[in-house]
Amino acid sequence: MQVVDQGGDKMVLHVGPQHPGSGHFRIVITLDGDYIIDAKPDPGYVHRGAEKMAEYRTYIQNIPHLERPVIIDATGITLPYVLTAEKILDVEPPERAQYIRMIMAELNRIISHLYWLAIYGIFLGHSTMFMWPMGDRELFIDLAESIGGTRVTFSYVVPGGVRNDIPGGFKERALKTFQYFEKRIKEYEEIFFNNPLMQSRTVGIGILKKQNAVKLGITGPNLRASGINSDTRKDEPYCFYNKIRFDIPVYKEGDSYARCMVRLRELQQSMDIIRQVLDRMKPGPIKHVIRGVMRGEPGEAFVRTEAARGTMFYHIVSNGERFPYRVKISVPSFRNLIGMSHLLVGSRLADMPAIYWSLDYWPVEADK
Amino acid sequence: MVTDPTLNLLVGKASDLFANVIEKNVREPIRYLINWGRLYSLWPVHLETACCSIEFGAASGPRHDLERFGMLEAFGSLRQCDILVVQGTVTRKMAPRMKWVYEQMPEPKWVIAMGACAISGGLYVDSYNVLQGVDKIVPVDVYIPGCPPRPETLIQGIIELQNKIRKSKV
Amino acid sequence: MSKNTITETKLVKGLKTKFNKQITEEYVEPNRIKISTSPTNLKAVALAIKELGFDQIISQGATDYPDDNLFRVEYHAICVSIKKFRRIMFAIMTTIPKNKPEIETLLDIWPSVEFHEQETFENFGITFLNHPRMERLLLPEDWDDIPPLRKDFSLPGRD
Repeated sequence: MQVVDQGGDKMVLHVGPQHPGSGHFRIVITLDGDYIIDAKPDPGYVHRGAEKMAEYRTYIQNIPHLERPVIIDATGITLPYVLTAEKILDVEPPERAQYIRMIMAELNRIISHLYWLAIYGIFLGHSTMFMWPMGDRELFIDLAESIGGTRVTFSYVVPGGVRNDIPGGFKERALKTFQYFEKRIKEYEEIFFNNPLMQSRTVGIGILKKQNAVKLGITGPNLRASGINSDTRKDEPYCFYNKIRFDIPVYKEGDSYARCMVRLRELQQSMDIIRQVLDRMKPGPIKHVIRGVMRGEPGEAFVRTEAARGTMFYHIVSNGERFPYRVKISVPSFRNLIGMSHLLVGSRLADMPAIYWSLDYWPVEADK
Repeated sequence: MVTDPTLNLLVGKASDLFANVIEKNVREPIRYLINWGRLYSLWPVHLETACCSIEFGAASGPRHDLERFGMLEAFGSLRQCDILVVQGTVTRKMAPRMKWVYEQMPEPKWVIAMGACAISGGLYVDSYNVLQGVDKIVPVDVYIPGCPPRPETLIQGIIELQNKIRKSKV
Repeated sequence: MSKNTITETKLVKGLKTKFNKQITEEYVEPNRIKISTSPTNLKAVALAIKELGFDQIISQGATDYPDDNLFRVEYHAICVSIKKFRRIMFAIMTTIPKNKPEIETLLDIWPSVEFHEQETFENFGITFLNHPRMERLLLPEDWDDIPPLRKDFSLPGRD
């Protein structure tokens, strides 16, 4: 942190890029006493040029480096890319592959939300809430690892299907984990979400009104915490989300607490989705094998999906070559960033951590 | 004034012997003691440069529990830190900041390059904005390969660093 | 006209009657609409689309076409508040010449476009007129090369 004295009562505070919290991001805050009167985000500390690099790689080579921006939610960012590429390459994945993709996407959502919850616990000085979700997250990583092969970077979804089938005994292990974790969610609520200390730091703090959430382009759980019932899985179902019955958790308050609660409820909802998928899944092929070099027809496609942080959008332009002509990624963190400066202005400095991390802003994703 | 060459030789031998005794019986235990003190209280800087920070966080979690190996959690001010774990890609915008952080740390200090990007640019070998290897700006003690390295690999890297500290001069 | 695209076709028809020949229908597919217009009409068309209910910008980007010497600038609008439009993504496209890369900002219509336009500015060198913060966002402060997403910029070792 760096402090610049502005003279008078105003003071400029540089938070980051080295600060105890999520690093790789700087925000320049102007303070009047204890109140924040201006907040200017300065992203770009992890800008690695993924969009340019994608123009130098084939459709299949692009998958590993496109998932690096958000390796907590690796399937969340590769699935829309693969769906867009499939539109350009004109392949249809088999039914079983679609279901396995949903399992991976929801497992990744849980892994991502648990990581968020662990860090939020630290932000509010609640060490138990770091240890518990971090420990339970490993169980879901084990499940995902048994499918994808690695802990976080799976590169599992490929154009035409998925890389390999789910292993035997997965269903039993998954159901056992879910049974355990459902008990844990109740314990989380008791120790953290119903904790008066946590509530006094989040309830009524950083209120994002409904019309502002729409206006600023906020997406994902942050939008649903402001009372808007919008989720791409319902609005424009991809894979087989239209065959699954699930509710979208929506809260009207729009404060930091509501944003936390949306994510907590989504943990439960993701497990329900995986349960239904496991019941509906039938044996069958998992990959539509594409022979030779993947070459798209000249044209373009744009696809959005619901990742853990919100709507992930890909726009790929092809000119018939082996490499895509242009890949445009619009990530939810980047769109939620605008909400941060909106929410911080007018709040107290001490509330900054509670507001900042309640938006689940992941700088690596935003910078691409 | 002593001018006898034999006596000079004798004095020289005696001082050599004395230095040897000091080295063996005083300096060596002190060096051992100081290094032992540093070994198990490594305090890392909370500087996240890219996505490897997730696995660093997982390593601090209850399953892998870095603290039992003498690596504390990444909280607090960098003025009390002695180890900089470069967690992944360092971009052109981050590079000068990371150097400032390194320069502000008190001696003695060690650097771990975690992940393929920190070692050589890794996956981002042809990116226009990525520093190809963090050892171009700070001296690196231990390289931990992987993209991202598993927490077990990170732990092994830290044990390697501790072996290095154990042998280091004071 | 298939049954799936009734709403989409209706939307485009409404816009066409309003703007006469100033907009071109690129394609209408289920859940996808793409129209193109000239840079001068962009703002009026955008305002009309917003009034239809498309209240958020999900993405804003550009593509470089060095052979035709132009940039293609695209806005992708979505709707989150009206239920029947939530499934539709509305793309508005316009082309601007490469030697004069300037276009009016849509910030006062969609405030969510602020960072997207800044990103397009640094990646392509397209200036958005009347944007209050037309400065770098992601690239380093000392960037002195041509904007990286232009086609004539090639990555190190990949000429």
